[in-house]
Amino acid sequence: MYKPDPALRTPQTSPLAPEEPKPVMRAPPGPEVTDTPVSLFKPDRSLYPPQKPDGKLDIDLSSGKYLKLWQGPQHPGVTGNMAIELTVCGDEVVDAKTHVGYLHRGFEKLMERRTFMQCFPIVCRICVPEPDFNEYCYAAAVEDLAGLEVPEMARWIRTLILEMGRINSYMMYLGGQAGAFGMGVIGQWTTYVRDLMLDRFEELTGARIYHMFIIPGGVRDSLPDGFVQRMEETLQEFESTLADVERVMFHNAVFKKRSVGLGVIEPGWINHYGITGPNARAAGAPNDVRKDHPYLAYPELDFDIITGRDSDIYTRADVRRRDALLSIDLIRQILAKMPKSGQVMSNLPNVLHWKIPRGETWVRGECSRGEYGYYLVTDGSGYPRRVNVRGPSYTHSIALFERMVINANISDVAGLLVSLHTYPPEIER
Amino acid sequence: MKQIMATQTFQQFYEVLQQRFPLGELTVQRDNLAFITVEALQLYPLLRYLRDHEGFTHLVLLTAVDWLEDGQFQLTYLLHNRPVCKDVGIRVMLPREQPSMESIHDLWAGAATYQRELHEMFGIDFPGSPRLDEDFILEGWQDKPPYRRDFDTLEYARDTYRDRPGRETRDPANHMKQQLYGKD
Repeated sequence: MYKPDPALRTPQTSPLAPEEPKPVMRAPPGPEVTDTPVSLFKPDRSLYPPQKPDGKLDIDLSSGKYLKLWQGPQHPGVTGNMAIELTVCGDEVVDAKTHVGYLHRGFEKLMERRTFMQCFPIVCRICVPEPDFNEYCYAAAVEDLAGLEVPEMARWIRTLILEMGRINSYMMYLGGQAGAFGMGVIGQWTTYVRDLMLDRFEELTGARIYHMFIIPGGVRDSLPDGFVQRMEETLQEFESTLADVERVMFHNAVFKKRSVGLGVIEPGWINHYGITGPNARAAGAPNDVRKDHPYLAYPELDFDIITGRDSDIYTRADVRRRDALLSIDLIRQILAKMPKSGQVMSNLPNVLHWKIPRGETWVRGECSRGEYGYYLVTDGSGYPRRVNVRGPSYTHSIALFERMVINANISDVAGLLVSLHTYPPEIER
Repeated sequence: MKQIMATQTFQQFYEVLQQRFPLGELTVQRDNLAFITVEALQLYPLLRYLRDHEGFTHLVLLTAVDWLEDGQFQLTYLLHNRPVCKDVGIRVMLPREQPSMESIHDLWAGAATYQRELHEMFGIDFPGSPRLDEDFILEGWQDKPPYRRDFDTLEYARDTYRDRPGRETRDPANHMKQQLYGKD
């Protein structure tokens, strides 16, 4: 079994991050620390239920030893509207089932009755904190099947919007992760800077949350006057807040004590459970769609994939913090390299009578939680035959979470769930 | 084999694969995405071969498309090969009457969730898949599986809910036509 090495617990800082004091983890007193992990105390677990080959525990519910405990759907420690049915023994979780469906609106079915253009107010609602990926992936899938080309300027603006959305999503995560371990102040700081980014979104698109700005053929408009300067001011505010967050959250003894070594995703699970995004990168797997399947303007941007090593909650939080710093750098690169003017829309057919020939396609992007994509099937009519959304939360919060929560303490369940960064609407669509 | 895939086009890959498995139609959508139709009986051995020998280790998604007029369901298994960054979608056509398919939950643990959803939303059976009969999204649903094309959401909403008095609805296409071009 993979065990994180306490001697190696120094977060890797991105070359983009300013030089800051690194957190120091002192080795536990006692036997000298060697390269192999040393277990100081081995509890007697002979009376606990044995493990089955699939990682679940072999429990007998009729024995009267266990208690069913529902966490959610109304619970501050659950990400959005979902519920976890825990079976606990003492204060330890021995079994868990994820229940979703509290937000089901049947988006995929609704889209089958709408024209390609009418789907836009629907797709952005599939993921509230980062709606732009839905717009981009759906628009790109329609363009692929209809054979539309996107102008150069629109490609850059799309990349800019996706990176702005990514930072916002990470800000919500950092606040949630700190809050799950009892640090409310981080959420207040990150919500403040997220609000500044929403101001930039409002300037650019006219809306704060659901932008509906990326449509097939391009984007709706070019950058407003003075946008670059105001964005730079916002980015500086972000950097200063993220530096504060690093000092207060990542160097905090309570946060480290609760998150280091907890919720380890073993590298061998990545393909079996379909783990993508920061959850996989924190386990050392350099999977990033932005590099592997370069889309939009990413081939022209200069960046490295951010990975971690120890695969616990602390590492996942640190990978996301460094990824947010990377997004800040990418936004600066985009604004410097993008053309200053140009067409933002190609010629669309009349969207009221737009028919797309029979075909199927799949378009993916790297959102803040992992691989996000749209599978679109058309049948020659004016409506999509089938739209299927692949959200990373689908595998993370059901198959993976039910596996990794086994033997966790009930007080850690909230932190564990938040560390997978799940958004329920993309599970139930 | 992985190295071969890196330099092969999908057409060459398809011809090599055809020596081992009887394959149906090949559709190349982009230079990194293709779809291949196979018979239901061939699916499990083909997926296991692609996973273990061709580097398609990541199951991206599993979903169904309802071709009501043909009386068929299409199951799409989308696999991703990380080292060479290519996707292949395996299509399986099932009869719409009592559709049943072999479960692949032992190849990918995440597949069990997809199969639970397909069982609830399309009524496709996957014998042996864990917790298949448990409710996934819908609780106590008695009607026909809602993602089938013959389930009409509008009709269901009219039968189940009442409109607020005084509520006006417009057909968006006609409304836009009137706004743009005036009365016919």
